[in-house]
Amino acid sequence: MPEKKEKDNIINEVTAGQYKYGFYTNIESEKIPKGLNEDIIKLISVKKNEPGWLLEFRLKSYRHWLTLEMPRWANLVIPEIDYQDIIYYAAPVQKSKKDSPDEIDPELKKTFDRLGIPLEEQKILSGVAIDAVMDSVSVKTTFKETLAELGVIFCSFSEAVREYPDLVKKYLGTVVPYTDNFFAALNSAVFSDGSFCYIPRGVKCPMELSTYFRINSANTGQFERTLIIADEDSYVSYLEGCTAPIRDENQLHAAIVEIIAEKNAEVKYSTVQNWYPGDHEGKGGIFNFVTKRGICRGENSKISWTQVETGSAITWKYPSCILKGDNSTGEFYSVALTNHFQQADTGTKMIHIGKNTRSTIISKGISAGRGQNSYRGLVKILKNANDARNYSRCDSLLLGDKCGAHTFPYIEVENKTAIVEHEATTSKIGEDQIFYCNQRGISTEDAVGLIVNGYAREIINKLPMEFAVEAQKLLQISLEGSIG
Amino acid sequence: MLIIKNLRASIEGKEILRGISLEVREGEIHAIMGPNGSGKSTLASVLAGRSYVRVTEGSVTYCSRNLLEMTPEERAREGIFLGFQYPVEIPGVSMTNFLKTAVNEQRKHKGMEPLSASDFLKLMREKKEMVGIDSKLDNRSVNEGFSGGEKKKNEILQMAMLEPRLAILDETDSGLDIDALKIVAYGVNKLHKPDNAVIVITHYQRLLDYIIPDVVHVLYDGKIVMTSGKELAMELEKKGYEWVRREMEKND
Repeated sequence: MPEKKEKDNIINEVTAGQYKYGFYTNIESEKIPKGLNEDIIKLISVKKNEPGWLLEFRLKSYRHWLTLEMPRWANLVIPEIDYQDIIYYAAPVQKSKKDSPDEIDPELKKTFDRLGIPLEEQKILSGVAIDAVMDSVSVKTTFKETLAELGVIFCSFSEAVREYPDLVKKYLGTVVPYTDNFFAALNSAVFSDGSFCYIPRGVKCPMELSTYFRINSANTGQFERTLIIADEDSYVSYLEGCTAPIRDENQLHAAIVEIIAEKNAEVKYSTVQNWYPGDHEGKGGIFNFVTKRGICRGENSKISWTQVETGSAITWKYPSCILKGDNSTGEFYSVALTNHFQQADTGTKMIHIGKNTRSTIISKGISAGRGQNSYRGLVKILKNANDARNYSRCDSLLLGDKCGAHTFPYIEVENKTAIVEHEATTSKIGEDQIFYCNQRGISTEDAVGLIVNGYAREIINKLPMEFAVEAQKLLQISLEGSIG
Repeated sequence: MLIIKNLRASIEGKEILRGISLEVREGEIHAIMGPNGSGKSTLASVLAGRSYVRVTEGSVTYCSRNLLEMTPEERAREGIFLGFQYPVEIPGVSMTNFLKTAVNEQRKHKGMEPLSASDFLKLMREKKEMVGIDSKLDNRSVNEGFSGGEKKKNEILQMAMLEPRLAILDETDSGLDIDALKIVAYGVNKLHKPDNAVIVITHYQRLLDYIIPDVVHVLYDGKIVMTSGKELAMELEKKGYEWVRREMEKND
């Protein structure tokens, strides 16, 4: 019966996981030996031709890391990670580099084309400049010249170390010190590349800046570092996307993002995280252990985090704001989705130091399959933070009865004038809702997509337009096969 | 259009429908009346394809197709519309977005291009005017925070948008005041055409003052025990369901 077969095919297709970015690029890669010790760190530093002070920073971090243990407080089941079994540096070897340094290897170009990230400026989404990072190195940054005319620096981290060492030295590790936590120490020891961005005083960056992270090589970890500095009266909107090939082994991604906003500056940081989540049986997937933090140093400054987290086998991530300047504002908007065997423990920290500081937290968790989704957030109002205000809302949506949603809010208030509000809801997609949609001609998959996107709409609307559309599709694809 | 033959169905092993036969032709309005628990809503659920109702015997043919083999969304796309007794709330999904998705699914099924946002809004305005529903619910979430009357009127608006071949209205009159009832009835009458059909499921005769049925069936204990013209509804209203019970016992 051909019809039946077709139907079976559709079901298979829908339940097969649908990770579109799971391909591997067969490109020659320069790798260093597996393992982690001081020689490896020196080797990374030599590969990158780094100044002595940076090697010192790495070694200090490494020595500190040796004294730490992996954090176990998150609501996650993390398998043992053998840190000696990871390759800490892998760089795709670009063929055409010597003849014309601006040209990128056609094989790399093809890879990013397939990911929907064209690296030729004329083809690029209008108004978005991109830094493309594969494994341990940045392969191309677009629109550098256009931005340079305004004094905006947007380049790979390695280039920043070479070209703007004073800026890097001044700010590196000031928001996330290497002593911050286990993964931050590890990253500080072995970080290989990432993006650097500096917006000078009074400049409103005219285009979205974006970094696209791609893990390609097997057995490697990715440890990138992003540093964004918004000087007085400046504005920038920054986007981050990430994908990885389908592999049976887990791969480690431990990044650091530091943001500094000076007086009256505003930084909007958006993430669409779509690392390979593992298969429907929980095999493979990225371990995503990331430390992201921004500091509102100046008065009236603002940092806003928006994240749509659909990928990774395990996510451990708390983009935070230190509200030091008076009247500064911190925002955290999050949608985190866990399907199959994915686990996420994510949230934020809002540290109110300055007077009249405000923060808003809106977190929306979606759990399906056997996914486990935890919100963990800290709102801390320090002694001198007069009239500080926080509003938090954590919503959880459950699909099915084998998944879990958890909320761990921590509130510490040391100032009596502060106002802190916290709301939380848990809801379930009901059979009745799905049937109601079915009865109007909408298929079950589309109904789930409609309901989930309705639920997440508030957050998705915070993303820049093109990415909002992407994020919506991503939510729907990530849930395919979750309703039986 | 719809032929039901000796339909038996159960919920969680308990038989609710015990051999129903019924034929609805194009252009007809049928009323199905009966006391609580007689199986009225179960019949609507079977026709719409709810999975918790198990059909154990009999057949349902809709426009020469075996209805029982079709998925709920296929049935909807093929023109079956169920007006819900309890319309379901969907937070975060606007009425406009929901209806646009539904209308475009149906168009896709018919091989038509999807409607653009502006064409859709125009269509919605026309339909609202046609059924006399002046609703300001377009930007609100589906059924969320709607009053009972708003929910039922909203069902009729959806019916107008989807132009079903067979509309099944499951106790659409329950919980309505007389003004809302008139609006709902007006909409249904407006939408009734020679090439479509309506099944009105109701406990009371009241709605049938405004929607005049061609045929009235009385459902009792999972069986259709009486079938007649519209005067049966009046008689039922006068004598009550107790009369049906006594008549049934007489026959036993």
